[in-house]
Amino acid sequence: MDRRGFLKTAAVAATSALAAPRLSLAAESRTLRFIPQANLANLDPIWTTQYVVRNGALLIWDMLYGVDDKLQPQPQMCEGHEASPDFKTWTFKLRPGLKFHDGEPVLAKDVTASILRWMARDATMGGPIKRQMDALEAVDDRSFRFRLNKPYPKMLFALGKSSTPSLFIMPERIAATDPFKQISEYVGSGPMRFNKGEWVPGAKAIFDKFEGYTPRGEKANWLSGGKRINFDRIEWQIVPDVGTASAALQNGEVDWWETPSSDLVPLLKKNPNVAVDIADPLGNIGSFRINHLHPPFNDVRARKAIQIALSQEDYMGAVVGDDESLWKTIPGFFTPDTPLYTEVGGEPLKGKRDYELAKKLLAEAGYKGEPVVLLVATDVGITKSQGDVTADLLKRIGVNVDYQALDWGTVGQRRAKKDPPAQGGWNIFHTWHAGADCVNPAPYIALDASGDTAWFGWPKSDLVQEKIGAWYAAPDLAAEKTVIAELNKAAMDHVVYVPTGFFKQYQAWRKNISGVVKAPFPVFWDVTKA
Amino acid sequence: MLSYIVRRVVATIPVVLMVALFVFSLLYIAPGDPAAIIAGDQATPADVDRIRASLGLDRPFLVRFFDWFWHVLQGDLGTSIFTNLPVTHMIAQRIEPTVSLMTLTLILSLGCAIPMGVVAAWKHGTWIDRAVMMTAVLGFSTPVFVIGYVLAYIFALRLDWLPVQGFTSISQGLWPFLRNLILPSVALGLVYMALIARITRATMLDVLAQDYVRTAKAKGVGQRGVLFVHALKNAAVPIVTIVGIGFAALIGGAVVTESVFAIPGLGRLTVDAILRRDYPVIQGVVLLFSFVYVLVNLGVDLLYTVFDPRIRY
Repeated sequence: MDRRGFLKTAAVAATSALAAPRLSLAAESRTLRFIPQANLANLDPIWTTQYVVRNGALLIWDMLYGVDDKLQPQPQMCEGHEASPDFKTWTFKLRPGLKFHDGEPVLAKDVTASILRWMARDATMGGPIKRQMDALEAVDDRSFRFRLNKPYPKMLFALGKSSTPSLFIMPERIAATDPFKQISEYVGSGPMRFNKGEWVPGAKAIFDKFEGYTPRGEKANWLSGGKRINFDRIEWQIVPDVGTASAALQNGEVDWWETPSSDLVPLLKKNPNVAVDIADPLGNIGSFRINHLHPPFNDVRARKAIQIALSQEDYMGAVVGDDESLWKTIPGFFTPDTPLYTEVGGEPLKGKRDYELAKKLLAEAGYKGEPVVLLVATDVGITKSQGDVTADLLKRIGVNVDYQALDWGTVGQRRAKKDPPAQGGWNIFHTWHAGADCVNPAPYIALDASGDTAWFGWPKSDLVQEKIGAWYAAPDLAAEKTVIAELNKAAMDHVVYVPTGFFKQYQAWRKNISGVVKAPFPVFWDVTKA
Repeated sequence: MLSYIVRRVVATIPVVLMVALFVFSLLYIAPGDPAAIIAGDQATPADVDRIRASLGLDRPFLVRFFDWFWHVLQGDLGTSIFTNLPVTHMIAQRIEPTVSLMTLTLILSLGCAIPMGVVAAWKHGTWIDRAVMMTAVLGFSTPVFVIGYVLAYIFALRLDWLPVQGFTSISQGLWPFLRNLILPSVALGLVYMALIARITRATMLDVLAQDYVRTAKAKGVGQRGVLFVHALKNAAVPIVTIVGIGFAALIGGAVVTESVFAIPGLGRLTVDAILRRDYPVIQGVVLLFSFVYVLVNLGVDLLYTVFDPRIRY
C-alpha cells in the first residue's frame, strides 16, 4: 500500500469509527433496558399467576378491557358492549383492525377460547362466571355473547381485572391448550412481540415492537387507552443481586429498575442522573396468616389475642425501614385511598397494644404452651422481616414459638398442608397482598372465609361469605360502600387474618427516561428516552 | 496410554450414574413443590394437584428416576418445568459465559500465581515473600462477593472503566467480550490465585533445596534457568494437582460470581433452578458439572506424565 492509499484507508476507517457511535446512540434511544421485579421464567399468564409473568404478558397480549387509574374498566380490544337490564346477557363487539403478531385477524372465536382457558384457572371471577354461564358464543367474527342464569353486574371488571390471572386474548389454537399445561407459542395482539430466539430464561427477555398494532385513540391510562410504544426494543434484564442492579442503574447500563431495595434508595436518590419515586400507589398489605384449623388459633379468642397485641408500626419499620412516607397503619382489610376503604370494625388494631389481655385471651382459648409453628421464608426480605417481628411478639405474649426458617418454595408447599402443626402442618406464615388485589372482594382471595375451599388457613365464616355475596349484587358505589363496611367488621371480628400494615415500594429510572407512571404494574406505553 | 484413557473414560460412567442417583434422591426428599410455585397464591389446592399431575410429579420415585435416566441415556436431559424449554438447550445457552469466565479466570490466576509463588520461594524470607503471602492470605480469606462489590465500585462506578454487569459474546468482538469479563474473572481468580501461589511457593521451596538444583547452579545455569526449567518443572506435579482440585472451588465460585455480576452462566442457572425446584434443570446441570469434574481429574492425571516422565500408565 502506498502513502496515499494508506491515508485514504485511514480516513475511511476514522469516519466509520465516528459514525458508528452516532448510529449506536440512535439505536440506544430506541431501546429500553428494564430490570423487572423477578426472573421471567415463562410467559404463560394463565398457567402461572406470578406478577412478573403478567407484566410481561401485558406487552404481548391485549385485553378486552383495561383498568384505568380510577380502577374503572375501560374498553381496550372491545369497541363496546351491551348488557341486558338484568345483567344476565352481555354482548361485546371487538374494535376493527385487531391483528395477531402472526398477521391473522383477531376473531370472536379466539376470544371465546381465551375466555374459557382463563375461566378454568381464575378462581376469583372467571370460575364463578363459568358456574352461572349457560353459553358463551361467537355471534359473528367480531362479536361474542355471554348468556348467564344469574345476574353478574361486575362483568366488565372481571374481563379487565389486573390481578392474576388476567384475561389475555390469544389465538384460538394457543388458547385451546390445557389450562394446566404451559403454552409454548407466544403470539398475541399486544403492542410488542416476544423475541423467543433471544430469550435466555433467567437472564434476558426481549420484546420487539409490533408494527401491526393499532393503539386506541384515547390517551393511555394504566391498562386502558392508546398503548403507544416509543421503542423498537424493550430488553428485560434479570439482575438477581440488588447491589449489582443499583450499580448498573447508576452506571447507565440499565434505564429503569422496577423494585429497588428500600435500603438502597437513599443512595440512588443522591445520584443526579437517577429519579426515584413510588412505584405502585395501591401499595401492598402485609399479612399475618393464621391457620384456623388447629389449636390454639381455631379459637377466635386466640386469634383476637394476636390482633390486640400486634403493632403494625413494628412490622412496617422492619419491612420498609425508617422512611415513613412508605407506610401507614391500616385498621382494615381494603386498600387505603381507594373508594371502598373503610376502618369500620378496625378498633382492635388501633391504640396501645395490650399484651396482658392477649395472654388472658390465649389462656381462655385453652393455650397451655404448646409449640406454635411459624413458617418463615427467609429468602424473601418482606416475609423474613415480618417473621422476626412475629417471633418477638409471640414471645411477649407467652407463646412457645417454633420458628422454622425455610425458603419460599418450601413455605409454598408447607402452607398447603392441613395436617396438625406437630405433623408437618403450621400455625402461622407471612406474606403480603398487592393493594390492587385488595380494592374489592373480587380479586381478594385472602379474605375468602369459605372454610375448606378458602385460601391457606381455611377460615370459615358464613357472615363474611354473606357480605362478599352482597357486594357482588350491590347495584352502585354507595351500596358497595355499605356492604364493604359490614364485611370489614365481620372479617375483623372473625380475624380472617391480621393485616400487618400498608406499605409502598419505590421504582427508579435514569433521568433521560420520561413518562414513567405510578401503577401496580410497569406501564411501558408513552415512556420515552432522550 | 490410549487404553488407560479409555479405561478412565469408561470408569466415569458409574461415577456419573452414582451422582445422578444421589442428586435425584436428594431432590426427591428435599422439601418444596414446583407446582405450588407455578400455581401461585391465587390457586386452589385442586389446581396445584392438577399442575403436579400434569408435570408427572405425582408418580412414584422409581418410575420417575428410571424414566429420567432412560432419557438421559439417549442424550435427553428432559424439559424445564418452568420454561418449557429442553434442558440441553438451556445448558447450551449458558455454556459460553461460564466457560469464558472460567478460562479467563484460569489464565489470569495461573499467569499471576505461578510467577508469584516462584518469586516468593526465590526471595524466601524477604519483604517480597511476605508481600506475596500477605496478598495470598487476603485473597484466600475475602469472600468472592465482597471482592466483586469492591471491584465494581472502584472500576465501574468510580472510574467508569468497565461495566458493572452482563456478558457480551466473543462473536461481538474481543474487547466488548473482555470488558464484561475482567472484573468477574479477577474477583473469582483471586481465591484461586492465592491457593496456587501458596502451593507453588511451598513446593518450590522444597525443590530449590534439592541436590540437583545445587548441581545445576554449580554447572553455571542462570537463575532463570534454575527456577523455571529445573525447579518449576519438578514442582509442577503438586501444582497441577491443586489446579485440578481448585476447579471444584472455581465451579462453586462461579455460582456466586455470576450472580454478583449478572452473568447468564451455568452457575446462575443452577441457583435459579434450585430456588424454583426446577428438578430437570438441577439434575442436568449437576450431571454436567460432575462429568466435567471427572474429566478434569483425568486431564490432571495425564498431565502428570508430561511433567514427570517416571509416571507411566
